[in-house]
Amino acid sequence: MQTGWSNATVREIFPAMWDGFLVVLQVTLVAGVIAVVLGLLVAVGERNGPAWLRRPLSGAFQFIRNTPLLVQVLIVWTATSLYVNPDWSAFAVGSAVLGVHYASYTSETYRAGIDAIPKGQWEAATALNLPTRRVWGAVVLPQMARRSAAAVGNWIIAMFKEVPTLFVIGVMEMIAEARAFQGQHYTGAVEGYTIAGLLFLAASYPVAVAMRRLEIRLAKSHY
Amino acid sequence: MDFEAVIESLPRYGEPLLVTVGVTAASAALALVLAFALGLMTASRRLAVRAPARVFVEFFRGSSVVVQLFWFAYAMPVVLGVQFDHLIAAGVIALGLNYGAYCSEVVRGAIAAVPQGQLEASVALNLTPLQRMRLVVLPQAWPEMIPSLCAFAIMLLKASALVSVIGILDITWLAGLIGKQPGQDRLLHYAVVLVIYFVLAWLIWTGMRALERRAKRGLGVDARPAKGRLAPAVAAGGAR
Repeated sequence: MQTGWSNATVREIFPAMWDGFLVVLQVTLVAGVIAVVLGLLVAVGERNGPAWLRRPLSGAFQFIRNTPLLVQVLIVWTATSLYVNPDWSAFAVGSAVLGVHYASYTSETYRAGIDAIPKGQWEAATALNLPTRRVWGAVVLPQMARRSAAAVGNWIIAMFKEVPTLFVIGVMEMIAEARAFQGQHYTGAVEGYTIAGLLFLAASYPVAVAMRRLEIRLAKSHY
Repeated sequence: MDFEAVIESLPRYGEPLLVTVGVTAASAALALVLAFALGLMTASRRLAVRAPARVFVEFFRGSSVVVQLFWFAYAMPVVLGVQFDHLIAAGVIALGLNYGAYCSEVVRGAIAAVPQGQLEASVALNLTPLQRMRLVVLPQAWPEMIPSLCAFAIMLLKASALVSVIGILDITWLAGLIGKQPGQDRLLHYAVVLVIYFVLAWLIWTGMRALERRAKRGLGVDARPAKGRLAPAVAAGGAR
């Protein structure tokens, strides 16, 4: 039974924790791309999609937004491994679920960003007879991007910190690595979880500060 | 798919549902107390008061809630040499501290948003600092906090599912357990649990909207809360 902090254990467990940390970064990258892109598609779809699509889309994402990521991960993992393809990796399925879950948040941010664009901008685009693609590409999205950039960045940071949830389906991130180490050596709970927390802190704090700066700068650039 | 087996086992969700609600309510209470304490401290002008609160908040926001949960459940007992009689305490502490840190920013922001003239007037009336806070600042800041606190309450409800991984018998845990039994469909049980969480989230949201309306009316403002969408109202910069 472990009694306290041990530097020897830290040296032993750190390489495994570092591997776990790299997995967390990889998941964040994949899921982040999904969250950023899918969120935008959902926000635009909820607003300007075909009428038959709007309500089901907004209902589905409202459901995703208000139910726990953990259960979503479990249900999708069960479904894919039982009924779709048991060979799909936990990494792929976990990243996809995490990305879609956070797309349900980012879509709200994008929506708020689109709603905040003055009505005159839409009217001017209509008056200029711009085609729909140009209205979105040249008028709406660039303005929306500036308003939502910092908030979306904050969601990505939040997502980064929720990656450990994926250990339940066997993604070898830091919690899974710490548990594997404990299973082999009967020690390392204190060191493993402390290292995991500190790595998260060291990675997310500077980014969070940068996002706060960006938020202030972009807020100043509004007119 | 065997719907009958699922329907027959629904009563078994009763007790775990109380656990889920209990964990959420207890950690929300802890988070609320902490949010006000830390929010008032980080709004303080004195560095000696502000700095420790700031460090605490950044620390708990910066390190993942999942990691904190495991830390409080498995590392803290070793470090402090204590044993939890009920692991549920570790879950409540981890969730309460984490969400307390997030919500303290809501409290601080709402206090900072009270118009300066209100403070000047309360100084002119010779109110003590305590009276100023209790009679002038908080009654005006409170309605502003409610939508954000509501969003965090729903986030907390969702995070409470995590306590199942440290072996607390909540509805997520039960779905996994029953789902493994013969003749049961695990997918259906997880779906049932998702619906339960959604209904609970909706209840929190409805309750908070009623609370917001009442708090605003208390100020003589009959503003209806922002139009109804079950969404994190603090999306812009809420959970960073």
